[in-house]
Amino acid sequence: MSLKNILENFSYYRRDAEAGGHHEYEHRFAMAIDLDICTGCNACSTACYAENNLPVVGKERFEAGQAMHWLRVERYWDEIEGDYPEQGAKMIPMMCQQCGAATCEPVCPVAATYHTPDGLNAQVYNRCIGSRYCSNNCPFRVRYFNFWSYYEDSWPEPLRMQLNPDLSVRDKGVMEKCTFCIQRIRNAKDKSQREERPLVDGDIITACAQACPTDAIVFGDTMDPESRVSKAWAKHQIHRGPVTAKKQKADEEIRGYRVFDELNVDPSVMYLERVRDTEV
Amino acid sequence: MSQVIQDKVIDEKLEWSRINADVIASMQSPRRAYWVALAVCIAMLFCAVAAEIYQYKYGMGSAGLNNPHMWDMYIATFVFWIGMSHAGTLLSAILHIIHAQWRKPIYRFAEAMTTFSLMTAGIFPMIHLGRVWNLYWVLPYVSDRGIWPNFRSPLVWDAFAISTYLSSSALFLFIGMIPDMAILRDHTTGWRKKFYGILCLGWRGDDRQWRNFRRTYMLLACFLIPLAISVHSIVSSDFAMSIMPGWHITTFPPYFVAGALYSGCAAIMTLFVALRYFFRMEEYMTLNIMEKTCKLTFAIAMVWTYLNLIEFAATWYGHNIYDKELLIDKATGPYAAVFWTMIFCGMVVPFTLCFQKLRRHMPSMLVVSILLNLGMYVERWMIVAPTLAMSHQPHQWDVLWGTVIQWAIVFGSFGWFGLLFLIFVKLFPCVSMYEVKELCFHLKHEIEEEEHEKQHAAKAKAGATAGGGASPAGNPGLEGA
Ligand code: SF4
Ligand code: SF4
Repeated sequence: MSLKNILENFSYYRRDAEAGGHHEYEHRFAMAIDLDICTGCNACSTACYAENNLPVVGKERFEAGQAMHWLRVERYWDEIEGDYPEQGAKMIPMMCQQCGAATCEPVCPVAATYHTPDGLNAQVYNRCIGSRYCSNNCPFRVRYFNFWSYYEDSWPEPLRMQLNPDLSVRDKGVMEKCTFCIQRIRNAKDKSQREERPLVDGDIITACAQACPTDAIVFGDTMDPESRVSKAWAKHQIHRGPVTAKKQKADEEIRGYRVFDELNVDPSVMYLERVRDTEV
Repeated sequence: MSQVIQDKVIDEKLEWSRINADVIASMQSPRRAYWVALAVCIAMLFCAVAAEIYQYKYGMGSAGLNNPHMWDMYIATFVFWIGMSHAGTLLSAILHIIHAQWRKPIYRFAEAMTTFSLMTAGIFPMIHLGRVWNLYWVLPYVSDRGIWPNFRSPLVWDAFAISTYLSSSALFLFIGMIPDMAILRDHTTGWRKKFYGILCLGWRGDDRQWRNFRRTYMLLACFLIPLAISVHSIVSSDFAMSIMPGWHITTFPPYFVAGALYSGCAAIMTLFVALRYFFRMEEYMTLNIMEKTCKLTFAIAMVWTYLNLIEFAATWYGHNIYDKELLIDKATGPYAAVFWTMIFCGMVVPFTLCFQKLRRHMPSMLVVSILLNLGMYVERWMIVAPTLAMSHQPHQWDVLWGTVIQWAIVFGSFGWFGLLFLIFVKLFPCVSMYEVKELCFHLKHEIEEEEHEKQHAAKAKAGATAGGGASPAGNPGLEGA
């Protein structure tokens, strides 16, 4: 019985606030995205649509702000003087940052969004009742809600054949967001288990990272010190956990930052600043 | 003129049988305006039901919601109705405990307002759910899968708080009506007699029953006050517990409670004017009571204004760039017109309540009270919408004005509330008969005592001046007329 479970394991459930999240992580998946080599081609976004059964909502609903792009390439402009104002364009691929202290989690009334031992912020579609509080409390605004039932419109026969069988198609009234391609993580874990070997760097590659023509997106496990992403994080002096002090950028080479780090949500995605040579 | 007579809220010479007859007559033959209002309410409700059926079938997108605006007017309306519900508790419980006698003729309908506005408010979190058919997952029922709701979520607290408040205030309303039910049982015929016979729970009005009744009533009143305050504090934590700019504000709980009392008092004023007219209650809902309600509303309005200004100041001087930017955007951005409406209706209009001429003029009070409530409604909207429109992530900034579906449901909620309320006042006495009698009784005694003292003083004076012409003491009975 569940009540018995709570009483018996009370010390486990009664975690102090500082511990937060999970005590025992098995992995902590993370990303490093180099904005300097990102060309804003949107290949990652397209790959995500294909991989995760994301509906194409059509022009009208896109304009109404009801698009379902788990990964959106945001474009910002710097005002730049000179002959080439296009130089001022800045692209940033924005997906769920799989925050270590995710603000979306505590507010869900039915605990449909929770933290996995992999360091992921998981969304249980079947549990979601669509209160949308999680999305309101996500500073990155990367949660997408099924405002309509898209199944009929987005995949008319025979397009249904293209759906990825590894995950469901969500119906109206359910929240969804980037999962770090959890089905790929699952498959890779199963495979490594079958082969009786530990998971190694490169076993998992997310659809967006795979599609990126310039290899701007690096995915991996920060608990594995040998992984590419760990090395990148270490090189750019980004650490897990809350921000304690303002980072000093002694070196031009150190370009790493996490979006909204000052909110202490501990995002799992590190971005590398774009280097702009205005002299050219 | 003596203070007691000047402030007297009701004519103390009303006979008890008159009171019974008047109240019972009001339940049987209201003015035609009552039926018109009823028809309008049903029509409004019909719009909402049609809109809700559409939204249920096709999804929340039909309300025009989108990525930054996951909540919009539905939640604002929810907060508005929850706020309305606080006035009933204020009038019936708080004023009961502090022995403010003037509440007696009007507290019944204020209490009914509490119950019905809670019933309206409770609908909104439901219809705004994406999958409303799974609503019961919010409740902690024992399931063999060992799944519980997330007790850290303010929405779960909401579910507890609102259901507790609704059941207690309905109980309070019912218990307060028992002696009246018995009067009605004795004075009506046909189905009404049977109906009230069941509801009065065998009330005979003997000494023991009265004593138990008073004790229960007091106990419930004491229980209800902290409950009312906690309910709106919990509703405010829906916002205050988040990290969004403009929501994450520590003064929200008192601010929400003050706002709730404010809009509730304004609603009482509106209903006061309406009921007074519909049911020809001029003798019971007197102008003096209206004046007192107005003064109370003004005091609460000032508290609310103060808390609002504090919030602005805290945002302005606290160096949180997101919060500050949002505040500036509210005042100058796309929502500016709505924001300034809120400032005008909520902070400036209440000053009209300072004028006695206006306080005693029913049509202008109707307009003022509706303006105040308009201000409070847009206040709630100004809490919900701009934060979503201009939060941390500038890429997702967007302004939303809702679609027909959303407006229809919000609009229809007023119809639903009105319908419940109008049915209530037709079925149950909207003026508490036994308490009005009590009020008359006390008043009579007070006046008699005063007259007595006056005569005494005059006599003493006359004795002192030893036959100095005519007696200076007038006839106080004449002045009271
Ligand atoms: S980015 Fe948003 S949705 Fe993703 S974990 Fe963080 S708060 Fe939650
Ligand atoms: S990690 Fe997977 S789900 Fe997340 S944005 Fe990339 S492709 Fe989409």
